[in-house]
Amino acid sequence: MTATDTAQVVTRNSAASPPRRKRSGKSTLLTVVMLLCLVYFLLPIFWLVVASTKANDDLFTSFGLWFSNMNLAENLHNVFTFQNGVFGHWMLNSLIYAIASGFGASALATAAGYAFAKYRFPGGNAMFTIVLGAVMIPMTALAIPTYLLFAGANLTNTVWAVILPSLVSPFGVYLMRVYAADAVPDSLIEAARVDGAGEMRIFFQIVLRLLVPGSITVLLFTLVASWNNYFLPLIMLNSPDLFPLPVGLAQWQAASAAGSGSQALFSTVITGSLVSVLPLMAAFLFLQRYWQSGLGSGAVKA
Amino acid sequence: MTQPAQPALEKKPVNIAKRRQYVAAYALSMPFMVVFALMIAVPLFYAGYLSFFKKQLIGGVSFVGMDNYARALTDPSFLGGVGRMALFLVIQVPVMLGLSLLFALILDSGMLRLQRFIRLGVFLPYAIPSVIATLMWGYLYGKDFGPFAQLAKSLGLPAPDFLAGGNVLFSIMNIVTWGFVGYNMIVMYAALRSIPAELYEAARVDGAREWRLAWSIKIPAIRGALLLTTIFSVIGSFQLFNEPNLLRVIAPAAIGQDYTPNMYAFQLSFVNQDSNYAAAIAFLLGIVIMAVSYGVQLTANRKEKAS
Repeated sequence: MTATDTAQVVTRNSAASPPRRKRSGKSTLLTVVMLLCLVYFLLPIFWLVVASTKANDDLFTSFGLWFSNMNLAENLHNVFTFQNGVFGHWMLNSLIYAIASGFGASALATAAGYAFAKYRFPGGNAMFTIVLGAVMIPMTALAIPTYLLFAGANLTNTVWAVILPSLVSPFGVYLMRVYAADAVPDSLIEAARVDGAGEMRIFFQIVLRLLVPGSITVLLFTLVASWNNYFLPLIMLNSPDLFPLPVGLAQWQAASAAGSGSQALFSTVITGSLVSVLPLMAAFLFLQRYWQSGLGSGAVKA
Repeated sequence: MTQPAQPALEKKPVNIAKRRQYVAAYALSMPFMVVFALMIAVPLFYAGYLSFFKKQLIGGVSFVGMDNYARALTDPSFLGGVGRMALFLVIQVPVMLGLSLLFALILDSGMLRLQRFIRLGVFLPYAIPSVIATLMWGYLYGKDFGPFAQLAKSLGLPAPDFLAGGNVLFSIMNIVTWGFVGYNMIVMYAALRSIPAELYEAARVDGAREWRLAWSIKIPAIRGALLLTTIFSVIGSFQLFNEPNLLRVIAPAAIGQDYTPNMYAFQLSFVNQDSNYAAAIAFLLGIVIMAVSYGVQLTANRKEKAS
């Protein structure tokens, strides 16, 4: 198979756009109404940007939705130096957790999804049904016994306690199964077999390329889930050095709301929140093409 | 394979090929299944096992059968939490999914200017971790310096108290809605984009307007996406933890430690050290979620048959 063939198959499957249909005219009224709705979605983000530029006192005295004295540089300085720069640790931790569990989960889901989609084998359907059912299991039902099991294995308060449970993405497997069923033509696998390629070679050298758009979607899902994860690290970790951003920031917030003797941390928490939101926003802006076609693919073909 | 003369000889290569495929299928699915078993099945069975025991101050751990479950069914903390979440579900999920569907239909109608910008703007809150979204909204809700309170004060009105007992559930609904409308919109929008154009032709010829198209063709055509988003929202509602748990810091009077079943289970196992009862609570919550999700699916299927 040549590179162009692969590219064609990939674009055909990933874009999933039907032939353009006739469009009614543009409506200015509708656009204005939608822009007003957009205010609701963007105002809190705008507030976060504005509040990050204010010193503690200004937060309370100036109007919340507009700028006051510029204090962003000092806030940033505080965020990264408070408690010996633990915030930098948190960012790095979040990054490590997200990348390890994101890539791990999407690799596992890609292989399993393809196997469930393209092979008929004893137990295959039963396993897939069980995996699907797992989507509904509430996280507390798992998190608490997982914590106890990990405690028994001396794994709590280690990076593994956060990464290992995040490697399982039942929804990712479902998505990859739906995706692989469509994106990998059976005739292609047959042709490769006739040419004498082994099953593993077919997967790694031919199929994997076709699955990349689906895998990236799962990667995005799992990256976001892991970047946002709060409950699991909250119960698993005690040392602040291992915290991811949400757990660390929530702790700063609790300390500052309690006003327990320490200095008022409001501006530090707010600026830290802005800093921790930026990477994911940047990722979404850069990967627009993928999430817009990909986030829906599980639902479209279900 | 064309010569049926020697079946014994012909059968062998087929079997070898089949066996190779089995081996490949297991090799590809096993890494996931092993991690799945260790991280989901084992903890689940362990939780089930724990839920049948009780740790006594004197006498240690003893088997109590269904006692923990019986206790949960009369426990006001658990029942209150489930009731609160049911209320949350009944109000928040229809509002959120209704908005998502409306926006998706508007985007799909192609009648918008600034289409890409609007789509991205509605989606952007999804990129914000729920912990940070809650921190932000917590400040916005603030009675002393939140912008809403400031606006009310400058107009000479009393500041609205979003964090008071009766309001806080709605304030939480707002945070979740804010975060997830865009995500659900994208799922529905993607489904709308994949409706084949031929479906519209006849309706257009008959002179159907955009809203009629939406009601009679588009919405029925994306039933799969609607069902998926509904089920995920149901699951998400009952599992609510982050938002109330963080708002508790600034509104301890309005949000108890047992505000949601998830918070209650967390409190039981990490504050009260009662993992056995917590396991039973978590199991019951799982059963409630599965029952409601199953009910949603049944209703959807019945409608499908009826139409």
